[in-house]
Amino acid sequence: MRGDRIFGVVMMIVALGYILSAMSIQTSFLSDPVGPRVFPYMVAGVVMVCALVMVLRPDPEAEWPRGAMIVQLLVALVVLLGYAMLIRPLGFVIPTAIAAGILSWQINPHPLRAALTGIGLGVGLFVLFKFILGLGLVGLPRGLFD
Amino acid sequence: MDTLANLAMGFGIALTPYTVLLALIGCFVGTIIGALPGLGPSNGVALLIPISFSMGLDAISALVLLTSVYYGAMYGGRISSILLNIPGDEPAMMTTLDGYPMAKQGFASDALVISGVASFVGAFLATVGLMFLSPLLAQVAFKFGPAEYFALYMLAFCTLGGIGSNNQAKAAMAAAIGLGISMIGLDKTTGMPRFTFGEMHLMDGIDFLVAIVGLFAVAEVFHFIESHGKDSAIGVKLGRITINWAKMWSTRWAMLRGTGIGFVAGILPGAGASLGSFLAYMTEKSVARDKDSFGKGNPRGVAAPEAGNNAAAGGALIPMLTLGVPGSGTTAVLLALLLTLNITPGPLLFTEKPEVVWSLIASLLIANIMLLILNVPMVKVFVRILSVPSWVLLPGVTMVAFVGIFSLTGSSFDMQLMVAFGVMGWLFRKLDIPTVPVILGILLGNAMEDNLRRAMVLSDGDWTYLFSSPISIGLWVAAALGFVAPIFLRGILKKPPQPATDSGTSDA
Repeated sequence: MRGDRIFGVVMMIVALGYILSAMSIQTSFLSDPVGPRVFPYMVAGVVMVCALVMVLRPDPEAEWPRGAMIVQLLVALVVLLGYAMLIRPLGFVIPTAIAAGILSWQINPHPLRAALTGIGLGVGLFVLFKFILGLGLVGLPRGLFD
Repeated sequence: MDTLANLAMGFGIALTPYTVLLALIGCFVGTIIGALPGLGPSNGVALLIPISFSMGLDAISALVLLTSVYYGAMYGGRISSILLNIPGDEPAMMTTLDGYPMAKQGFASDALVISGVASFVGAFLATVGLMFLSPLLAQVAFKFGPAEYFALYMLAFCTLGGIGSNNQAKAAMAAAIGLGISMIGLDKTTGMPRFTFGEMHLMDGIDFLVAIVGLFAVAEVFHFIESHGKDSAIGVKLGRITINWAKMWSTRWAMLRGTGIGFVAGILPGAGASLGSFLAYMTEKSVARDKDSFGKGNPRGVAAPEAGNNAAAGGALIPMLTLGVPGSGTTAVLLALLLTLNITPGPLLFTEKPEVVWSLIASLLIANIMLLILNVPMVKVFVRILSVPSWVLLPGVTMVAFVGIFSLTGSSFDMQLMVAFGVMGWLFRKLDIPTVPVILGILLGNAMEDNLRRAMVLSDGDWTYLFSSPISIGLWVAAALGFVAPIFLRGILKKPPQPATDSGTSDA
C-alpha cells in the first residue's frame, strides 16, 4: 500500500521534472514536424497516468527489509559502488578479492571461507579473463595506467 | 528449394571447427546458467555479451556462442526444477510441478531424460519452424512503413505488459520509464542533447548493456543477500542415468502438443517461454484422461512444459529476427546483442546479410544436438555443478558482471550507473513492477520515436496517419486486446501451486 503510493508520488514528481527538462530541449530549424520534445512529453504523460493509478489503487504492501537487513543491504551497496570506483586505480585483483570476500561473508558469515572465496575469485577470475579470454585487465596497481 | 540451399550455406559457415567449439562452450555454459537458480537465460546472456564483445569475436562467432548459451539455459532450467524443486529459471517453473514429485518417488533419472528429450523435440522442431516461417514473415515485414512499426512497438509493449505482469499500470509505467531513459543523449534528427544536464558521460546515452546487467544481475545480489541464500537447498539424490524408452515413448504426444503450443506462444510478441510452458502444461492436463495424476509425478507433466518452453525459445527468435521486436526478456537481451554487433534485425537482414541468419539457424540446429548429448547422458556433470555453494557463486557472478561492463566501457561512471540500475531492479522487484519492459523501452525507444517522427514527416504532421493502413489498424487492435484481455483472463488462468519441499531445506 504505502510503498506503491510513495513510489507513485515520486514518479509523478520525476515525470514533471522530465517534462520541464524536455521543454528546454533546443530544436533546430531543420527539425521535422514532431521535433525532439513531443515523444518525451508522451512518455512522461504515460508515467503520470500510471503513477496516478498506483497512488489510487495500490497493490498489497511488500515485505520491506528491517533493522539489520537494511544495514546489510547498504553494506552491499557501498561495497559495489566502492568496487566500481577502485577497480581502475587499484587494478583488478585486490578490489575484486575484497568485494567478493565481503559479499561472500554477507551470504554466509564464515570469515575464513569468505576470505578464501574472495582471494580465490580475485585471482581465479583474473587468470580466466586476462590469460584465457584475453581481456585487457590490469592486475595490480601500477600507477593509474599501465 | 530456396530454404535448403540457404541452410546448406549456413552449415558451410557454421560447421568450422572453431564455431563448433564455440557452440559447444556456449551449450555447456548455458546449461550451467540455466541450472543455477537465480541465473536465468536473460541475465546469463546479458552477463556474457560485454565479455564476448571485449574478446573481439566477430559477429557470427558471438551470435553462435550466445544463442547456444540461450538455448542451453532453456535446457538447463529443468535440472534444478526436478532435483531441487527450485526452477532454475522462470520458464522452468511448470517443470517443478511433476518433475520434483517424480524425483521424490525415485524417478529423477526418468524425469531428467524425458525432459531433456522433450527440450530437444521442442527446440529442434521450433528451429525448423523458424527456418521456414521467418523468410515468409520477412516478406510481410517489407510492407511495414514507419506507422506500422510504431504500432508494432506498441503491440510489443502492450502484450508484454498485459501478459507478463500482475498490474497493467505498473507494466506500462515500466515501459515508459525505459522509453524515458532511452531519450537521454543526443537527438539523432536535430543533434541536440536531451536530458544530459551537462554531464559528458550522458551525451552518448545510457548503454543498454549497463542497464541490462544492472537490472538483471546486480539486482540479484541485493535480492539474494536479503533472502539470505535460502534457495540453496540440497535436493533429491540422483542415481544412475538410465533411459526408460517405454515411458519416454508414452509422452510423445505430450511433447508434440507442447511444442506446437510453445512455438505459437513464442511467436506472439510479449508472450515468451514462460507462457509457452504454462499453456503447454495446462493443455496437457486438460486433455489427459488421468487428470488427478498431474502434480503427483506424471511424466507427461514434465514433457509438455519442457517441450513448450524450448519451442517458445525458438519461436521467439522469429519476431526478433524478422521485425526487430523481441517477445520476451531473453530475446530482448539477444536484440541487445545484435545491436551491439551492429546488426539491425528486420526484413533487410534476410536479404542483405543472409549469411548471418542462416549460419545462426545452422548453429542452432548443431547446438540442439550437442545439448541433447550434454543434457541426457552427461547430465550428472551439471548436477555436480549445482552443488557450488551460493557464497562462492553469487560473488563470482557479480564480479563477472563488473568485469564485463568494465572491459566494455572502461568507465567507472558506467559501473556506478550499473549499480544504480541494480538498486532500481531490487526496488522494482519489491514493488512488483516488471523490469523486462524497462529493458525493452531502453532498447526500442529510439527506434520507436524515430518511426513516429518519420511517419509524421510522411503525413506532414497528420496524426491519423498512424491508423491509416489495415496492417497498422490490426496491430493497434491487437495491442489494445493484449493489454486489456489478461485482466479478464487472470481469473481463469490461475497457476497451480508448487509442490511442497518437505525433504529438509538446508539452513545454509
